[in-house]
Amino acid sequence: MKISNYLLVFVLAFMSMGSCKDQAKTNEVTALYQCPMKCEGEKTYSESKSCPVCKMDLLALAQPSALLEEPFRIPETSIFNLTTKWNTEEDETISLIDLKGKPLVMVMIYTTCKAACPRLVADMRNIEKQIPEVKQEDLQYVLISIDPETDTPKRLKEFAIENQMDGKQWTFLQGSVSAVREFANVLAVKYKQISPMDFSHSNIISVFNPKGELVHQQEGLGVDNIETVDHILELLK
Amino acid sequence: MTLLRLTFCIALCWTTQAWCQSSMESIKGGTYIPLYGRDSLQVTISDFDMDVYPVTNQDYLQFVKEHPKWQRSKVIKLFADKNYLSQWVSDTILGTSQSLNAAVTNISWFAAKDYCDCQGKRLPTVDEWEYVAMSNDKMPDARPLETYNEYILSWYEKPKTFNNEIGSTFKNYWGIYDLHGLVWEWTLDFNSVLVSGESRKDVDNDSNLFCGSAAIGATDLMNYAAFMRYAIRGSVKARYTMKNLGFRCVRNKNEITNENL
Repeated sequence: MKISNYLLVFVLAFMSMGSCKDQAKTNEVTALYQCPMKCEGEKTYSESKSCPVCKMDLLALAQPSALLEEPFRIPETSIFNLTTKWNTEEDETISLIDLKGKPLVMVMIYTTCKAACPRLVADMRNIEKQIPEVKQEDLQYVLISIDPETDTPKRLKEFAIENQMDGKQWTFLQGSVSAVREFANVLAVKYKQISPMDFSHSNIISVFNPKGELVHQQEGLGVDNIETVDHILELLK
Repeated sequence: MTLLRLTFCIALCWTTQAWCQSSMESIKGGTYIPLYGRDSLQVTISDFDMDVYPVTNQDYLQFVKEHPKWQRSKVIKLFADKNYLSQWVSDTILGTSQSLNAAVTNISWFAAKDYCDCQGKRLPTVDEWEYVAMSNDKMPDARPLETYNEYILSWYEKPKTFNNEIGSTFKNYWGIYDLHGLVWEWTLDFNSVLVSGESRKDVDNDSNLFCGSAAIGATDLMNYAAFMRYAIRGSVKARYTMKNLGFRCVRNKNEITNENL
C-alpha cells in the first residue's frame, strides 16, 4: 500500500512537471524530417535533429493532409500566432484569430486617459471618415486597452458609446496584463504605468492585412494619415 | 522498505532537478529609487525568488528539445529575428566555441518569456532586476560606491564576456551571481523604458527618462552605468536577439509550484 502511495506521488509529480512538454509534443506527432542534402536518400526521422552524415538541421517535410484540414495557414509574422484570450466590449471572449478575414486597424489606448488618447481616438475616427461608406463593413477597427484592470468590458462599452464608436466595425479588447504586454511587444508599443490612473505610452496606429500581417504603422499624434488611409484602401480593393 | 523509500526520494529529487536546474535565492522586498524611474519616485518591490545564475546554454538546449517550436529552424518570425541562436550549429547542437555552462544568448524576449513560463516562473521586471543588481558582495545598495560602478564599466570594456561560464563573476549581497559582468538580461517590461529615438516624438508624456542623457558626465559614472542598461532596453524590440543578451527567471513568493511536493 505504502509503495503504491509513493508511486502515485511520483507519477503525479512527473506528470505535472511534464505538462508543458506534452502540449508541445502533440503538435509534433505527425511531422517527418529529412536531411536537406538527402545524405541518406529518402530516409526520414520522426524527430527533428541533425543529419548524422552532414550534421545539417533536418527539414520538416510538408504534410499535405494537414494542409487540407486547415485551409487557412497562419503566416509566420501574423499576430494570429498569439494564442491569448481577450474580452470584447460586448463581454465576449475571443482570440485574435477570430478577427481574421478583414483588414485591421489597431491602436492601444486606455479609457481614463486625458492627454493623448482622445487625440488617438480622433485620429482613428479621421481614418474612418476617409474610408468610403460602402467599404466600412469590410474593415475592423480594434482598440486594445493597456489598462486591463480599469477597462472592463462594461467600461469599454461605455467608452464606445460616449465616443460614437459603438458600431459593428469597432471592437474594444481587454486582455490579461501579460497578454497586453505581449501584444504591445508585437506592435513595438512602449508603455509604463506612472500612477494608478495614468500611463505613458507610444502613439502608434497599426494596419494589418486580413491574415494578420503588419502592413503599416503610423507613429505620432495628429500626423498626416494619408499614407495610412492609402494602405487601408489598398487592402480593401 | 526504507531503501525503497530512499530510492523514490532520490528519483523524485533527480527529476525535479532536471526540470528546474537553476537554484533560486530569496530576495527581500523593499523600496528604492531607480536611477531612471520617475522624478525620484520610490518603487516598492515585493519579496520574490530569483535564479542564482542566468539561464545557460545547457538549460536552453534541454528546453528546445522539449519544446521544438523554439528550435532555431522552427521558431516563427513573429517571435524571433534571424539571429536567434545563430551561434548554434543546428537545432540541438551548440556552437564549437560555446560552453554548456555559459549563459544562453541570441534569445528573443518571447523565447525568454516562454522559457520562464514553462518553469512556473516569469521574467523579472526592470525594477526588480535593478533592485537586486544595485548590490555588491556586501551591501544591498552599493550604487554610491566608486568600486561598484568601476566594476560595471570595466565589464563594458571587456570583449566577449558572454562566452564566460556562469558563476565567474561575484556573488552579490542576495547570493545572486552574474548580474554584471557576463551578459545583459531581458526583463519582463523592458518596453516600459521610454528611452529611444522614437519615444522622444510619439510618447505623450514627454519622458523624463531621456533626461538621463544629461547625466553622461565624466563625474557621474553611477548614472552612466545604469543609463547604458536603460538605453539598451529602450532600443530593442521583443523579437530582437543579441549575442550579449541573455536572461534569468524569477518567481513570486506566493506561487510555489509543485516542485516542493
